[in-house]
Amino acid sequence: MKSSQDIFELFSEIPDPEIPVISIVELGVIRFIEVLDEISIQIIITPTYSGCPAMKQIEDDVRKKLIEHGFSVIDIKTIFSPPWTTDWITQETKEKLRKYGIAPPEETTQDKSWLLGIEKKITCPRCKSLNTKLISQFGSTACKALHQCQACLEPFDYFKCI
Amino acid sequence: MTTKEALFKYILRIGDTNLILGQRLSEWTGHGPFLEEDLALTNITLDITGAAKSLLEYAALVEGNGRTEDDLAFLRNDRQFFNVQITELPNGDYARTIARQVLVDCFDFYFYQELSKSKDETLAGIAQKSLKEVTYHLRHTSAWLERFGDGTEESHNKVQLALNELWQYTNELFEMNEVDEILIKEGIAVDLNVVKTKWEKHISDLVEKSTLIIPQNVFMQTGSRKGIHTEHLAFILAEMQALPRMYPDAKW
Ligand SMILES: [Zn+2]
Repeated sequence: MKSSQDIFELFSEIPDPEIPVISIVELGVIRFIEVLDEISIQIIITPTYSGCPAMKQIEDDVRKKLIEHGFSVIDIKTIFSPPWTTDWITQETKEKLRKYGIAPPEETTQDKSWLLGIEKKITCPRCKSLNTKLISQFGSTACKALHQCQACLEPFDYFKCI
Repeated sequence: MTTKEALFKYILRIGDTNLILGQRLSEWTGHGPFLEEDLALTNITLDITGAAKSLLEYAALVEGNGRTEDDLAFLRNDRQFFNVQITELPNGDYARTIARQVLVDCFDFYFYQELSKSKDETLAGIAQKSLKEVTYHLRHTSAWLERFGDGTEESHNKVQLALNELWQYTNELFEMNEVDEILIKEGIAVDLNVVKTKWEKHISDLVEKSTLIIPQNVFMQTGSRKGIHTEHLAFILAEMQALPRMYPDAKW
C-alpha cells in the first residue's frame, strides 16, 4: 500500500494550472492525504482564493493522477480553516517564481505596516532593482498584483501576500 | 424556530448578500474605468462570488432536503432572498460603486473577524478565509474613496452624493431578529451591535480623512431580513436566473 508521502510525491508532478513552474504541493493547497487501502483515498484541499477558478482544475488533475495509480474510491474535500497563506510557500519555491518572472511574496502576513500607509518595496524579478512601483493591487489572476520596475521599465507580476 | 432552521436562514442571509453583490459588481467586468481597475474589481467580484458559493453550499447541506447551492441561487424568487438591499442597488458611476463597496467591505471586515470565532466550524472557516480577502479589498476601496473625496471638485461631489444616497441602506446591515437571538445563545452568530460600533468608528475616520461628510438624520430603510426588497432585485434575478430556469438541465 502506498503511503501518504508517496502520494505527496505523485502530486508534486502536478503543475499549478496558472503558474506551471511550481507544483500544487509547493503552492500549499494539498492539506491532508490519507490512504485507506489499495483503492481508497481521502484528500483534503484548501483554496488559495474563495473564487479561484483554478481549484476545479486542480481537483480534476488530482483525481486523474489517482485514477492513473489505481485508486477508484476517491474522496476530495475542501476545507477553509486554517486559511491558505503565502507564508506556506518555501524559499525554494519562491526562487522558482522569481526565475519565472513573478516576484515572490516578500512580506509575511504578520506584517501589518500597510495599515500605516507604508508600501513595501518589491524587488524586480528581472534586474533585481528595488526601484519599483505598484501599478495595481490586483493582477492577471486572483493571487497576483501588478508592479513596474523603474530601472528596466518592465512590468511584472507580484505574488500578493495574504 | 429550531436551531437548524435559524442556522439555515442565517447562512442564506450571508450567502445571498455575497451572491447579489457579486452579481451586481460583475456588471463592471469589461466596463471598468481603465484596464487595471477593471481587473481589480473583477478580482474582488470573484472572491465575493466564491464566498457566496461556499455559503450556499453549506446552507443546502444544513437544510438537508436535497436542494443544491445552484437550486438556492437560481430557483428562488425575490421574496425568498435575504441579501441586504444595498447590494442590489444599481452600480451607478464608479464613485457610487466604490462608496457602496467601502461600506460593505468595512462591515465584512469586522463581521468576519467576529464570525471567525463562531462555534460553527464551517462558518468560522469560511469567515477566516473571507476575512483575508476582504482586508485586501478594503485596502483598495478605501484608497479610492480617499482619492475621490480629496480629488477634484467633480469627484468629491460625485462620491459625496453617493454617500448621501446610500446611507439610508446602512442600518440594515446591523439588524437582528429571532434568528440572531437563537444563534447568539448557541455561540454561532455574531452580535451585530459589536460590529456596528467598530464599523461606525472606522467609517467616520475614513470619511473624514477623505474630506467627506456622513449624512445626518437620515431615514433608514429596512425589510431584507423579511425578504422585502427594492424593485431592483427582481431585475437582477431575471437576468441571473434566466438560463437555468429556461434550460433546467443545462450543464457547462
Ligand atoms: Zn527591473
